[in-house]
Amino acid sequence: MGPGSKFLSAACLLFALAAHAAEPSGFGPLRGTGDLGIAVERASGSLQWLDTSKKTSLGRIEGLGDLSHASAVFSRDARYAFVFGRDGGLSKIDVLTGKIVKRVIQSGNAIGGAISQDGRFIAAANYTPGGVKIFSTETLELVADIPAVSQTTGGKPSKVVGIEDAPGNRFVFSLFDAGEIWLADLSENPAQPRITRYANIGREPYDALVTQDGRWYVAGLFGENGLAVLDLWNPEAGVKRVLGDYGRGEEKLPVYKMPHLETWAVAGNLAFIPGVGRHEVVVVDISSWQQVGTIAVAGQPVFVMAEPTGRRLWVNFAFPDYDTVQVIDVPSRQIVQTLKPGKAVLHMEFTPRGEQVWVSVRDANRIDIYDTQSFAKVGEIAAQEPSGIFFTARAHRLGL
Amino acid sequence: MYKNLALSVLTMAWLAQGSAFAADVTPSPDRQRELARFVHQECGFCHGLRLTGGLGSPLTAASMRDRPVELMVEIILDGIPGTAMPGWKPHLNEQDAQWIVRALQEGLLDGSR
Repeated sequence: MGPGSKFLSAACLLFALAAHAAEPSGFGPLRGTGDLGIAVERASGSLQWLDTSKKTSLGRIEGLGDLSHASAVFSRDARYAFVFGRDGGLSKIDVLTGKIVKRVIQSGNAIGGAISQDGRFIAAANYTPGGVKIFSTETLELVADIPAVSQTTGGKPSKVVGIEDAPGNRFVFSLFDAGEIWLADLSENPAQPRITRYANIGREPYDALVTQDGRWYVAGLFGENGLAVLDLWNPEAGVKRVLGDYGRGEEKLPVYKMPHLETWAVAGNLAFIPGVGRHEVVVVDISSWQQVGTIAVAGQPVFVMAEPTGRRLWVNFAFPDYDTVQVIDVPSRQIVQTLKPGKAVLHMEFTPRGEQVWVSVRDANRIDIYDTQSFAKVGEIAAQEPSGIFFTARAHRLGL
Repeated sequence: MYKNLALSVLTMAWLAQGSAFAADVTPSPDRQRELARFVHQECGFCHGLRLTGGLGSPLTAASMRDRPVELMVEIILDGIPGTAMPGWKPHLNEQDAQWIVRALQEGLLDGSR
């Protein structure tokens, strides 16, 4: 190779590098991902790829399988979304390019997942076979398998629900069939997580949350009254039962859709949780875990979500009241707005600083965008039967 | 389209049989379409959009075929006390529930629409 051709190769390389720097993905100029997100199109197994600054869809990402009840978490650089599908599919999506980077089928039937505090691991919670699998976020290769086999269920694996990340590179989850909470610590050896089991936490935990400060893991119980609470600052103190008297002796209304706890609203010391089998939001003081009030609402709440400022709560409802969204003012605990976006409001997501809320309206095939100050509708995006909406700001929050 | 056709064929088969599902108790084709969507969308929250199960048990033909129709109808209408399965009586009548059970057993609602 002569000096001429060496120069030529170097020039080509430089050119290639320059082109690469200007267009890292081949999709236009450099940009960040902080205002991007995805919305699940549940029936068609696709995602809408969203830009919240421009209030627009950047396109559709297809080929994700069965997305019933699908959810997503984000990598710590907010570039990749990990989408958990019902069919056990775990897909890694590049939010910058709108492409599927990698996809594995990790179980027969899954419910959701979480990402570790250090961003290195994904945990997927499974129904069939029950248990939790831990994957590398880099490669989606299996790191550890935790079958949720309990004595309580005679050695049968349990469906796992309410999986959350906790500080110290731990994952916490609940066993629906066994009525247990398990804490898996990955901090020493991720391939062999240290498991702490808490038995007899109550019947049929159906969902859970970790508060944003990472302190409390709270599981909702369907099979009996109350909540099961684990203090992650003092896990050796065990699980305690709270709100056991809530609704005792009263006939529950039928629950046509399980409430979600994951994005449960905590404002100051107060938590606002969906009343199960009741048309009310329950106000709980988390310093004492005592019920301090209820707020009557239009139906059985599914999501009770606080604006990032904590000032207002947005509530959606189960069938048949799922055409409605209500907004509660936190200081006065009054309903200040009732919106009717249309049949089947399935989810709501705030922009990172909360000036907008994006609302999926399933049967209208639409995502509506509302201004949270004026309640005016400021945009809409066509989407096929949209359900969960997930913005990249979730990358930097615990317990989502 | 294919599913709609299949649903109509099933209806006709019932009519031809002169079974308990006679003309006057079989939901109209419009209602059948509504019910099919209802099963995927509303039941699907717990049983999966493709009915392969979730927090609720699978409702695929394979898992429903051998279950007694009357018991299944009762479960749809009244729920199973002490479990997460609610009664749908305020929103579905007996013929709706009977049609749903038969359609599930025949596999007409399997998979996505």
